[in-house]
Amino acid sequence: MDNIINIGKTAGLLSSIGYRKAKNNIFKILVMVFSFLTISMVFLIIGTLLVKGYKQINLAFFTQVAPDTFTAMMATANGEVIPGGIVNGILGSIYLVLIASAIAIPMGIVIGVYLSENSKKKYACVIRDLADIMQGVPSIVIGIIAYIWVVVPLTKGYSVLAGGVALAIMMLPLIVRSTEESLKMVPDTLKEAAIALGTPYYKVIWRVLIPTSFSGLISGILLAVSRVLGETAPLMLTTLGNPDVNWNVAKPGSAVPLLIWQFYNDPNMVNLIWSSTIFLMGFVLILNLISKWIGAKRK
Amino acid sequence: MNSDKILKRVLFFSSLVIVMIAAAMVFSLFEGSLPSISKFGWRFLISDKWDPTQGSENYGALLFIVGTILTSVLALVIAIPLAFCTSLFVAEYFHGTKLASIVGTLVDLLAGIPSIIYGLWGFYILCPLVVEAGLSPQGFGIFTSALILAIMIVPYATSLSNTTIAMVPNDLKEAAYALGATRLEVIRTVILPNARSGMTASYILAFGRAIGETLAVTMLIGNENAIPHGLFSTGNTMASVIANQFGEASGLQLSALIELALLLFVITTIINAIGKYIIKKIG
Amino acid sequence: MMNTKENTTTPVMSIEDISISYGDDKYAVKHVSAEIEAHSITAIMGPSGCGKTTLLRAINRMHELYPNISTEGKILLGEDNIYEMPTMNLRRKIGMVFQRPNPFPTLSIYDNVIAGYRLNGIRMKKQERDEIVEKSLRDVALWDEVKDTLHSKGNFLSGGQQQRLCLARTIAFRPQVILLDEPTSALDPISTSKIEDLLVELKKDYTIIMVTHNMSQAARISDKSMFMYLGELVEYDNTKKMFTTPTDPRTEAYLTGKFG
Repeated sequence: MDNIINIGKTAGLLSSIGYRKAKNNIFKILVMVFSFLTISMVFLIIGTLLVKGYKQINLAFFTQVAPDTFTAMMATANGEVIPGGIVNGILGSIYLVLIASAIAIPMGIVIGVYLSENSKKKYACVIRDLADIMQGVPSIVIGIIAYIWVVVPLTKGYSVLAGGVALAIMMLPLIVRSTEESLKMVPDTLKEAAIALGTPYYKVIWRVLIPTSFSGLISGILLAVSRVLGETAPLMLTTLGNPDVNWNVAKPGSAVPLLIWQFYNDPNMVNLIWSSTIFLMGFVLILNLISKWIGAKRK
Repeated sequence: MNSDKILKRVLFFSSLVIVMIAAAMVFSLFEGSLPSISKFGWRFLISDKWDPTQGSENYGALLFIVGTILTSVLALVIAIPLAFCTSLFVAEYFHGTKLASIVGTLVDLLAGIPSIIYGLWGFYILCPLVVEAGLSPQGFGIFTSALILAIMIVPYATSLSNTTIAMVPNDLKEAAYALGATRLEVIRTVILPNARSGMTASYILAFGRAIGETLAVTMLIGNENAIPHGLFSTGNTMASVIANQFGEASGLQLSALIELALLLFVITTIINAIGKYIIKKIG
Repeated sequence: MMNTKENTTTPVMSIEDISISYGDDKYAVKHVSAEIEAHSITAIMGPSGCGKTTLLRAINRMHELYPNISTEGKILLGEDNIYEMPTMNLRRKIGMVFQRPNPFPTLSIYDNVIAGYRLNGIRMKKQERDEIVEKSLRDVALWDEVKDTLHSKGNFLSGGQQQRLCLARTIAFRPQVILLDEPTSALDPISTSKIEDLLVELKKDYTIIMVTHNMSQAARISDKSMFMYLGELVEYDNTKKMFTTPTDPRTEAYLTGKFG
């Protein structure tokens, strides 16, 4: 019985079904292959780091400063493991992140509170858009900004402070937006309950909104930190690098990515690259994953 | 209550910080580029000279604009099929399963890898491959940079796409299935038309990210101040020339580099603004 | 072309011992068997959660889109087991209209009606397409209202008009059976009665199976009714008889409003 309008021969229709099924299956395979390709990049990159760098990791790695090029050359010539570590970079990175966080976290949270409390106003939309634009500024341009604002007038030379300022400018929009999003997820009824009890506004924020959204705020901060830990370009223009551990904000400082860049540019130190990158990668990834885990727990 | 009003004022003024920083950034970049702008004017944008020799300094942005556009466009072209398929994988084919969330997390991790590591990987793994394939003598160049850039921007291209694809209403898909469509046909006739704007916005944002990327490109593009004539020739982008020359530049050269930074700032801002505008129109 | 009108007592569809479960042992439909007469309107009624929509969606195998649902038993369309047909064939013979009108928002009215053919990659001459579109829209009494705006997207259509458009999209295929899942529950009373009149007209050419939560709707337009409760088919009979002298006490309790 043929209830389908007679268009084309039935046999033609049947083979077109086979054809459509084939196209459908081929496309699914294509999607899976390309997705697999994309994922495999993660493993390829991390795998390369691990394979090339595991030999260089030892306790000295975390306690000694980077060797100078001569020492490195001698060690390689003798087939030894290059002595020294990256402690100046590690401490330098931590110092930079602390400075940047001291600037960006309080400001970011306050601005985030403002945006979430006034989210419908036109002015707030402008601020939000500006913050998003700031987020999209290339990191090297931010390095130039910090150079113009700190290196030239304030510290009259490359400095940790300039690096901290650059990283702060990069962290600020991230923290603002994630704070705003986290606060928005606090149900209005909680706020209203507090207000109905006569709670002053500042207490509503400090005692209700922020504690309730705390894990969201932490998640956003960790994500911002993980993002700036790996930045190299802005630091090249601001904090430049330092062979020793340096606690003076007005002087140049070191950072792990800067060390990696130095090793890359020096033929004698090239073998140190991989262990340093494993360290950097591991730290960044762990922060990233912790941030996601905290963010997921809230749901 | 008084403390309420004070607090509201404080919050308001804090928001001004963003305005001030944004304005100050534009101002500083502009101020720093003034010497270069006043010397070269509009010709800066179309001049392909870059000559730091004392006494005959002449700078132009064209070389780097071309380099930037070539690498970024090529990167986008490579990234789009990867991102498209990954989005379909996560938001449609395996939507809601554990596999999809693992894949989604892995793609996000790609965004977390620092760009210097991408550059190193490109240099030590990709360049030798390119050399072995006989495509280029040293492995540097537009193609290698674009390839690494593509991997770096895939997460940006998938993130918004995933959301828009997953948001296509279920009953539209069911209506198409009830008419006898295969999954591919449902994707083509229902999902894509409805997710098209979101996907376009995410590709635009990914493009903006590619344009501003500095370190990975600096390490792979070959640092040559010339207009690239082929896919595998070397060149420079706006970001990479700044990274390479800023440390030792002064005077007019410094100002020219700052003008390049201003250009970069303007271009990425416009691209991101377009992307955001599309997103607003959908929502 | 063969005479498509059946003898009204020959079943067009035979549901044989259908059971449907979500995951292990959570049966939404238990051992349902029924024969559907050609050119009739069969209503499936019952309180929320009784399994009526689950049963309906099994008939055009919509459950296969969701991996955790499994179906046992068979359903015969004529002499063919629907579980052994390619789904693309099956869904041309059995069409479905959904609870909330869902015309494709990115397509024009014209393209919506013809969407089934397009989706299946069936190429036709423009004249054939125009004929199908016009006939389908006339059959759902929508032609006069949209004939001048065929090529614009249907955002201006009311809920009732959109639902009729979805009906037109379904009958463009000339299926044997049309499944409707509470087709008027999202519509106002006037649109509802227009669609009910439409269905009574359409049963001359099609067989209609309709899930409804509205008893009076079933009483108004259906020839036979199924009453389902907790996944079981409690009673299946001519509508008039079931409403006046129900056999099962549960049916009577439902019909008299003791539970909804």
